[in-house]
Amino acid sequence: MNFDTWLPLFVVMSSLLPGLVMFFLNEGSHRLRTLLNMSGAVLKLVLVGIMTWGVFHEHIYEMRWTLAPGLELVLHADTLSVLFVILSTVLWLVTTVYAIGYLENSPHRSRFFGFFSLCVSATVGLALAGNLLTFVLFYELLTLATYPLVAHRGTPEALRGARIYLAYTLSGGVLLFTGTVWLYSIAGSIPFVEGGTLNQLDPDYHPQLMVIFLLMMTGLGVKAALVPLHGWLPQAMVAPAPVSALLHAVAVVKAGAFGIIRVVYDVYGVEFTHQLGLLTGLGIIAAITIIYGSVKALSQDNLKKRLAYSTVSQVSYIALGIAILGPIGTIGGVVHLVHQGIMKITLFFAAGNYAETLGIHKVSEMDGVGQRMPATTLAFSIAALGMIGVPPVAGYVSKWYLALGSLEAGMAWWVMPVLVISSLLNAAYFLPVLYRAWFKQPATQWPHEKILSSRFETQSALLWPPLVTAALAIAAGLFAASPYSPLEWAALIARREYGL
Amino acid sequence: MINTIIWLVAMPLSGALATLLLKRYATAIAIGTGIATSISAAILLYAVATEGVMLYEIGGWSAGLGIALRADGLSALLSMMTAIVLLASSIYASAYFKENSVRSRFWPLWLLLWCSLNALLLSGDLFNLYVTLELLGLSAVALASLGGKTAALQAALRYLLVGLLGSMLFLAGVTLVYAGYGTLDLAALSREVTAGPIAWTALTLMTVGLLLKTALFPLHFWLPPAHASAPAPVSAVLSALVVKATFYLLMRLWLDIFSDVVTPIAANLLGILGAAAVLWGSWQALRAERLKLLAAYSTVAQLGYLFLFFPLLAALPAGPARDAAMGGLVILALTHGLAKSGLFLAIGVIQQRSGHDTIRDLDGTAQRLPATTFAIALSGIALIGLPPSGAFLGKWQLLAASFSSGQWLWVVVIMIGTLLAAAYTFRVLGHAFGKQPYPRRPVSIATEEWPALILTAFATIGLGLAGAPVWQLLKVSL
Repeated sequence: MNFDTWLPLFVVMSSLLPGLVMFFLNEGSHRLRTLLNMSGAVLKLVLVGIMTWGVFHEHIYEMRWTLAPGLELVLHADTLSVLFVILSTVLWLVTTVYAIGYLENSPHRSRFFGFFSLCVSATVGLALAGNLLTFVLFYELLTLATYPLVAHRGTPEALRGARIYLAYTLSGGVLLFTGTVWLYSIAGSIPFVEGGTLNQLDPDYHPQLMVIFLLMMTGLGVKAALVPLHGWLPQAMVAPAPVSALLHAVAVVKAGAFGIIRVVYDVYGVEFTHQLGLLTGLGIIAAITIIYGSVKALSQDNLKKRLAYSTVSQVSYIALGIAILGPIGTIGGVVHLVHQGIMKITLFFAAGNYAETLGIHKVSEMDGVGQRMPATTLAFSIAALGMIGVPPVAGYVSKWYLALGSLEAGMAWWVMPVLVISSLLNAAYFLPVLYRAWFKQPATQWPHEKILSSRFETQSALLWPPLVTAALAIAAGLFAASPYSPLEWAALIARREYGL
Repeated sequence: MINTIIWLVAMPLSGALATLLLKRYATAIAIGTGIATSISAAILLYAVATEGVMLYEIGGWSAGLGIALRADGLSALLSMMTAIVLLASSIYASAYFKENSVRSRFWPLWLLLWCSLNALLLSGDLFNLYVTLELLGLSAVALASLGGKTAALQAALRYLLVGLLGSMLFLAGVTLVYAGYGTLDLAALSREVTAGPIAWTALTLMTVGLLLKTALFPLHFWLPPAHASAPAPVSAVLSALVVKATFYLLMRLWLDIFSDVVTPIAANLLGILGAAAVLWGSWQALRAERLKLLAAYSTVAQLGYLFLFFPLLAALPAGPARDAAMGGLVILALTHGLAKSGLFLAIGVIQQRSGHDTIRDLDGTAQRLPATTFAIALSGIALIGLPPSGAFLGKWQLLAASFSSGQWLWVVVIMIGTLLAAAYTFRVLGHAFGKQPYPRRPVSIATEEWPALILTAFATIGLGLAGAPVWQLLKVSL
């Protein structure tokens, strides 16, 4: 036992322990809670930095714990897990700052930040999962940790949203669990290995493997909000803004998408999945989801709902990238895991600022908001343009690689139209918002304006997070070709995945 | 290593007598006895783990003539669970019963129950098992009637009659075995029993008697009223331990002594009844209006899961797969014992603080008692079978065994049962988030909230993450 063995556990614990302590804090001990939050987040960032360096230099970080004969809990850092861990850690830090500002003086903060930390711990745990059992374990824990966050406000709508969320995710969880046990009973332990392990099984098992794939994809598809399993996502909008931000950018939907990547690449192996004829099906579902989400987003007047449907659509770019056979498509899908996260969290931060500062919840109330809140609206605009795919914001990089990958794989005849149509739809539901915000005359009175003592347009804790993430979104696009950029890291993943 | 088997029986028995004689110090004596018995159980568990099966012959008379006690991995594990649950419930009970008159009746019966549970788990012959079964039944009924209300008395009376009928059937089976094989020693029987009319009839009689006491669907009718109307610490022990004790006997009979006599059809029948119990119990729990009734029906369902293992264990050949499934069965039983007793204690806290346990009106209470609500949540995680509870590992093994023996029906039952359990758990937990005025104080945990919290944390975190020794211990068998 040495530092390399313990590091993955430390990464999980750095948010878990502060979270557990926070449950017992006095509501009023604002400083102590902030100190715990921030020191946990910063410590995690440092640990993850060490881990990233190590994984790049092919260090092995692995910790094992036997739960039962043949069932092991394994935390293991590889290139893919590091990508997701960095995303969660950085965005958690930013979201914590935002949440501290957002929830100032509201009730039940100890409970909120406690579960908030548990939620991030579960996300990091499933990112570091070294086998399918460990993944399932943290996947279910994530469901449990997010339920109180969605229900947090305690209003009947919040409880209803939380109930629907739970019904979807637990049903999905049961399917995933069943598929996992089935797979274990066929193949023994299922470690995550680049290139997958199942292609060595007897061909007699292939029909069973196909059913299992279907079970697991349905289970993961619930969280990844694949149509028709996306119903919970717009309902979960009742949660406070920082929760929505985290749910949409990092924790829940990404856990589903990340799981799909793991199962296709590291359990089945992408070529074997293709050989079983399952890859095309995944691609078709992803394509339908992309178009459907965008179409639904067009007609939503509630800003958060519009963003929610946009998430439904955008997360499926990841699944689309997976379904495109070949390293370039992989790069496009994997890198979008990061890019979508940074851009979407910016959008939700901005939406939260509008709601908190001016009481704006609807698109139709946003006329001229750019004059009142220029910095927030700038961040919103950058992220929205990135979603559409306008260079140099990160989104265009993902779309570029998806398009290139489809050409290389000979799938361009259907992937290209999907990309083009969805980009047009993205433009159709984001540009009118931007137009309203910047160019229309503001209404004489905002729906519910807060009186602020801040010299900025809103409290500084609410203002900085969207600006930082918007800057990150530009940086990820501008410096895509430099080492340690998300794109380069995704390329490293694809190289190791395809054994190039 | 000192042999503590006899202490496990003698300590609670002498404690019961002492509380009867020294009424003024009854609570102190009972808690002291509880701690001592628990330590003995821990020592026994350690001894079995390190040295193998432990034996004790009372008065030096060898088995066949005298009374022999023996402990293997299974019985040591179960007596450890018994100790944990009873000790926690004892501490809770010392705060729960306010009136001296009730207390002085409660403690002797309580310790007698503990004594008979341990004796049942450690007995090595069928007649002693019958005696302990009667003792257990009678002390349980007497405790259940302590609620004092008409409903409690009615339920207890029905419980008594069912229990007596069950014991009589069991005794008839025992007599038949003695007539057929000339011995009642379990070790000797497991060598001698062969398939035939005597074995079949005896096994059937004993099984039906025990099923009645274990409340397997459709013989569960007496359980919900009895468990729901008893005082909270008693409900905890009835649901967690008393039905488990008779289930333990069924395990011994079906999986060990009569394993060659059991036919696949019979095992499947138990499995089907178990499946019906899972579905029916969970559905009734979902519809229950009171928390205690919900918990009682959930016990019916959870017992059903245990019976699903019988057809699977009958189908699996001896080897690692069967051992894994066996461990799954035991860890599921242990998790349920700890989680359900914790749940009943938590409900007891709610009932005493708010004067009712109607689920619909739970809002204010659930938010005033965050620690108790958290205990209910932990217990719910174990009942659903979500990680990191021990039940997660148990259900994993249950599913794995269903897949590897090709018995697909159970897979569907388990999936539906899990979702129903989630539905009834979160129906309760939703009330923790109502818009009530919130306290500005930090979370404080009252004395009577601790036992529930510890039991459920043990089930949901302890057994799930550190449950591997269970499989090791089960390798130590007679």
